[in-house]
Amino acid sequence: MMRTSDLISSAGRALRANPMRSALTALGVIIGVASVVAMVALGSGAQAQVERSIASLGSNLLIVVPGAMRGGGGVRGQAGAGGGFDSLTLDDAAAIAQLENVAVVAPSQRARAQVIANGANWNPEVNGVTPDFLIARDWNIAQGRMFDETEERQARRVIVLGNTVAINLFPNMDPVGQTVRMNGGTYEVIGVLESKGQSGFQDQDDIVLAPLSTVKRRIAGRRGRGDTVSQISVKAQSEDVLSRLQEDVENTLRQRHRTREGEDDFTVQNLSSISETMAQTTGVFTALLGGISAVSLLVGGIGIMNIMLVSVTERTREIGLRKALGARQSDILHQFGLEAVTLSVAGGIIGLVIGVAGAWGMTTLFNLPLVVSPLNAGLAIAFSGLVGVVFGAYPAWRAAKLDPIEALRRE
Amino acid sequence: MALIEANNLTKLYRMGDETVHALAGVSFAIPQRDYCAIVGPSGSGKSTLMNILGGLDTPSSGGITIAGNDIGEMSDDDLAVFRNQTIGFVFQSFNLLPRLTALENVELPMIYGGVLPKERHERAAALLQRVGLGERMGHRPTQLSGGQQQRVAIARALAGQPALILADEPTGALDTNTGIEILGLFSQLNKEGATIVIVTHDHDVARATKRTIEMRDGHIVSDELNDRSARHDANV
Ligand SMILES: Nc1ncnc2c1ncn2[C@@H]1O[C@H](COP(=O)(O)OP(=O)(O)O)[C@@H](O)[C@H]1O
Ligand SMILES: [Mg+2]
Repeated sequence: MMRTSDLISSAGRALRANPMRSALTALGVIIGVASVVAMVALGSGAQAQVERSIASLGSNLLIVVPGAMRGGGGVRGQAGAGGGFDSLTLDDAAAIAQLENVAVVAPSQRARAQVIANGANWNPEVNGVTPDFLIARDWNIAQGRMFDETEERQARRVIVLGNTVAINLFPNMDPVGQTVRMNGGTYEVIGVLESKGQSGFQDQDDIVLAPLSTVKRRIAGRRGRGDTVSQISVKAQSEDVLSRLQEDVENTLRQRHRTREGEDDFTVQNLSSISETMAQTTGVFTALLGGISAVSLLVGGIGIMNIMLVSVTERTREIGLRKALGARQSDILHQFGLEAVTLSVAGGIIGLVIGVAGAWGMTTLFNLPLVVSPLNAGLAIAFSGLVGVVFGAYPAWRAAKLDPIEALRRE
Repeated sequence: MALIEANNLTKLYRMGDETVHALAGVSFAIPQRDYCAIVGPSGSGKSTLMNILGGLDTPSSGGITIAGNDIGEMSDDDLAVFRNQTIGFVFQSFNLLPRLTALENVELPMIYGGVLPKERHERAAALLQRVGLGERMGHRPTQLSGGQQQRVAIARALAGQPALILADEPTGALDTNTGIEILGLFSQLNKEGATIVIVTHDHDVARATKRTIEMRDGHIVSDELNDRSARHDANV
């Protein structure tokens, strides 16, 4: 019975005898593993990005928008199918605030406005909000301060800039304390928001926050005046009560609007359940990418089998001699099997390195987080080893079964 | 008890409807320390007999024991161990592995015998010294002459401390003088106690041994002590 160390050195020697052939054979596995690793890393990166950007909207958050959701899916509620744009009111927000498990309720009104400062102008989304909006959205102030209840109630002309707006209007100076012009009025910048980054293709930092009453009175069109709001953000006290709170909000609004289930003129979006759905979708996408690349790994395995069969034919006489000198079938089986596994595992390790490098390049290009788990790396190596075992088994078995007399007679 | 006892050995090959009796019932005994030649024309069954003696093949019928092993009854793995522990093969075409050095070629049977590397190196080096190749241990087969290659092969055959050395036309690929040198080495090994069986079609080679078994059509037609070596033995 051959010792393991002898088995390893004999396999290594056989592979080094034909370095070019060994390298080309391993190349099939290298390409297979590299593409699986890169694709899975890219998919996981996309998944992490989706989860992160949804989480960045705020935790334990329900968003109530006017209109029924069409088709029942989608992240951003397309309002308008039933009930119109103005079905939500400040009184609705006040009613929701009375519910159990509510941490914060923040009604808001969206508008568009041209913002001008220093001769530069910008066209961000202007959001009229109450101070609680920042709590609901887990958003922090980076510089200056947020307006308070009093300023909101008195409809003061103060605004807080999103990071993108601040950078574009005040590239080389501190925006806090500066003034801008919007819709003919003059507003004082009292704060700048922390950057939240992209959510999907939307820049969350391209925003200006102003007191809700100010927006209603001075910025929003005729539609935005009065008691209606374009959105109500509802933060639950904890993740556990989120679904229950969603039902409570829906029931309360149905009562107030006198609608029945199925005929709602509003939609309550639960961000954690949307996030879950999105994560599942990108997960399926990742598995699909990985599966397609796995086919190339299979092709690499067939390459190994092909070369091992050639090698067994070329070395028939050697096999016969080894058997005559006392090699058992298992010794020959292990020797050739180990050669195949060595090729595939070496290919797997090199492929892993190339795949991670490729994933790093692509995620950098697409501005995604790089996600390479040790588990996936280990799986890639283990899988390439498995490819070696599966595709090396038949050639090794052929070698082990050779008749030594026949084999020695072969030239 | 003799080292080899063969009793009415047969080996049949079926080629379609035809049956070839490669061995048609041979019986003989070879004692320890014998030095014996098996001769006969091509197709007479020499190689078939040799393969059975070496545990590479099993007889169709008949009994054969070698060093107490009943060859006919052994499994493939048992035969592998038997070849490793009991038989030393010397081939006409040397059959050295070209990628290995002389020393590594001699170590090969010991690898399958599970001998530890250190002991393996030492034994292989001593054996190469023994066959006169102490200076050539690191050479590869292509860097050695035919005679030197056959010496490496003989050292390899001795590596497992075998009870029996089997040589199939060991001088067939060598020029006359080198052949004589190799036969001299066999004689010497035999004097030191090795049991050697040489298969050859060359009567000059046969005459260098102690005993000649002649085969024809699967039968043993004669089995005689060689005069010269008998005389030589008598002189000792
Ligand atoms: N594997 C085989 N299949 C069929 N016939 C064989 C086989 N091996 C040997 N023979 C036949 O057996 C006979 C003896 O062959 P062999 O032992 O090789 O003779 P030798 O070595 O004396 O030339 C020959 O007729 C040969 O054709
Ligand atoms: Mg022959």
